[in-house]
Amino acid sequence: MENLELKNLYDDFRDGETIKAYANMIAEDAKKLKKPINIMEVCGGHTHTIMKFGLPQLLPENVNFIHGPGCPVCIMPKERIDHAYVLAMQDDVILVTLGDMIKVPGSNGSLQDARAKGADVRFVYSPMECIKIAEENPDKTVIFFAIGFETTTPMTAVLVEQVIKQKITNILFHINHVTVPEVMVELIDSRDVHVDSYNNQIDAFLGPSHVSVISGSKIYDKFPKDYGRPVVVTGFEPVDAMQGISMIIKQFIEDRCELEVQYKRVVNHEGNLKAQELIETYFEKMSLFRWRGLGNVPDSGLKLREEYAAYDAEIQYKDVLPIAEIEDHKLCICGDILRGMAKPQECTIFGTACKPTTPIGSCMVSSEGACAAYYKYGNLI
Amino acid sequence: MTKTITIAHGNGGEENNELIKKIFYKHFENDILAKSEDAAVIEDGKLAFTTDSFTVSPLFFPGGDIGKLAVCGTCNDLAMMGAKPKYLTCSVIIEEGFPTRDLEKIVKSMKKELEINGAMVVSGDTKVVPKGAVDKLFINTTGIGEIEQKGITAAGLKSGMSILVSRDVGAHGATIFAAREGIELDSTLQTDCASLYPQIKALIDANVNIVTLRDATRGGVSAVLNEWAKTSDVCVEVEEESIPVQEEVRGICEMLGFEAVDLANEGTFVLCVAKEDESKALEVLQNTHTTSRVIATVTEQYKGKVLLNSSWGTKRFLDLPTGELLPRIC
Repeated sequence: MENLELKNLYDDFRDGETIKAYANMIAEDAKKLKKPINIMEVCGGHTHTIMKFGLPQLLPENVNFIHGPGCPVCIMPKERIDHAYVLAMQDDVILVTLGDMIKVPGSNGSLQDARAKGADVRFVYSPMECIKIAEENPDKTVIFFAIGFETTTPMTAVLVEQVIKQKITNILFHINHVTVPEVMVELIDSRDVHVDSYNNQIDAFLGPSHVSVISGSKIYDKFPKDYGRPVVVTGFEPVDAMQGISMIIKQFIEDRCELEVQYKRVVNHEGNLKAQELIETYFEKMSLFRWRGLGNVPDSGLKLREEYAAYDAEIQYKDVLPIAEIEDHKLCICGDILRGMAKPQECTIFGTACKPTTPIGSCMVSSEGACAAYYKYGNLI
Repeated sequence: MTKTITIAHGNGGEENNELIKKIFYKHFENDILAKSEDAAVIEDGKLAFTTDSFTVSPLFFPGGDIGKLAVCGTCNDLAMMGAKPKYLTCSVIIEEGFPTRDLEKIVKSMKKELEINGAMVVSGDTKVVPKGAVDKLFINTTGIGEIEQKGITAAGLKSGMSILVSRDVGAHGATIFAAREGIELDSTLQTDCASLYPQIKALIDANVNIVTLRDATRGGVSAVLNEWAKTSDVCVEVEEESIPVQEEVRGICEMLGFEAVDLANEGTFVLCVAKEDESKALEVLQNTHTTSRVIATVTEQYKGKVLLNSSWGTKRFLDLPTGELLPRIC
């Protein structure tokens, strides 16, 4: 590993010839499928890869993608974005968050708008930067608006640990971490209110590799076993994605229903136990987390454990935070898109009223949302 | 328009265009401004005239500083109209407490860059404002140049023509991201910040018939290609593999979730020439940068659009960058 360069991590996994070879193999194998199959890529990162590299153009007609809810910015309900906005507008608060969160509109506007109105809003690459910001601004309260799936939760947990250990008194947390397997169960099990049925369209899942680097592939054990849905844990480069798709198709033509790992170069069954322990120490399950576009999903969100309430901005700023739930625009069909009942272009406001610069629905707000990816890359197909 | 101006309105992409059109063009409306070129062509095509303000943070970065940038930026806008930069103005707004030594360092690097262009600063202004009113130092330069090759226009693209980039793309944007606080990246990357007039002169001297030119600043190569495709109502078909990108720039893009073609450059231009001029132009450009490449062909497949062809046979549109450039979060 001594001479490993960054390019080694992606160069071979974007090779045109390898991608074409997988496309040919998939086309041959797909002829043996008894019925068309719908594969859900759970993670927004996969949606991005699939659309950016144009992979649907390489797949036969009987292999279809359903773009899942795995974009932590997209699934944030408006009332929680309003929390971020209200916190940012408090005197003496510096609101810190990650990436795209800054441009998602809540009911009063986005964090970008709050910043234009004078609020101190910053985005960081690593939550640990909060410590430096807190040191430089001892008379301000730094609130870390934590978002993300299993991949970013350990980083927040490390920050909580450091804040406690270093006795830092001016960092608080607003926790919005969510988990992948619970929402997958919800997508299989839930009743769709629009069509009043339980008929989801998902035949198999492409599991995100980075989630399993932390949580192991074990989190998907139940899907082949209890729900009859194969899962292949897959990496994010186009060669990875094509191999993952190929592995799923082979399971169908060989009548198998298993959990497999395409991304063997990093993922194992147990995952990173140290990270899991850290999460367990500081966080506990929220009984319900409301997902934008999907509604309440049991056990899918995390919050700080009760003993750390002193660090919880949701508790410390309880009096100013709005509590009413806010529904999305009634023309928005993001819920249907996330369940695989519709494609972005079937939405009447897609690309017209709802665009990346003026997003209305959840799937348009982040570059990893299905609608945003279709808007940016998918307008040819 | 949104009720307040956000950072995204200064991104060189879609929101930026909206701001310019809906506020400035609306009130300043005139035929010269409406051409929306890098520099205005005035006095019957004899002179090119332009202005630019510089607010880069940090002020000093690998391979350059705000002073070098302030001269390159304005001189390059003139050069992009086929003009030789002649006279510049220089206005500085300085935050109180700014170190005099740094100011002199910046002015010295302006002087050095003026010499490369054969131009001089002939008028100026200084303002000092209280702490916090600006971030350290802002510079505005305005420039006049003498047009040496007439007829350069973004509306001149026709089917069959070739498009080249003068060197590998995205170096300035990637350098600035790597140098920003909080990213903690060790990198040997340097900005591409450079005066482009010498290369334009070399093209003119070699009798390359320049159809159009643009330096790929904010919004990067994708903003330039999109603007040309729209203005000339043609399709620009890019072979993705042929776009030259340095390994380090590619690495930073991978890590932060950017595309090199969206990143700003300060010494890289895009050039459109007739097919028969392609090899001559490439030869001239490669004398300065061996990384110069032919990256695209003008076609009529999807008018007004930039099409990106991958090496595995898929196609997608390359759109204008939108929003703030933000890192992917997972």
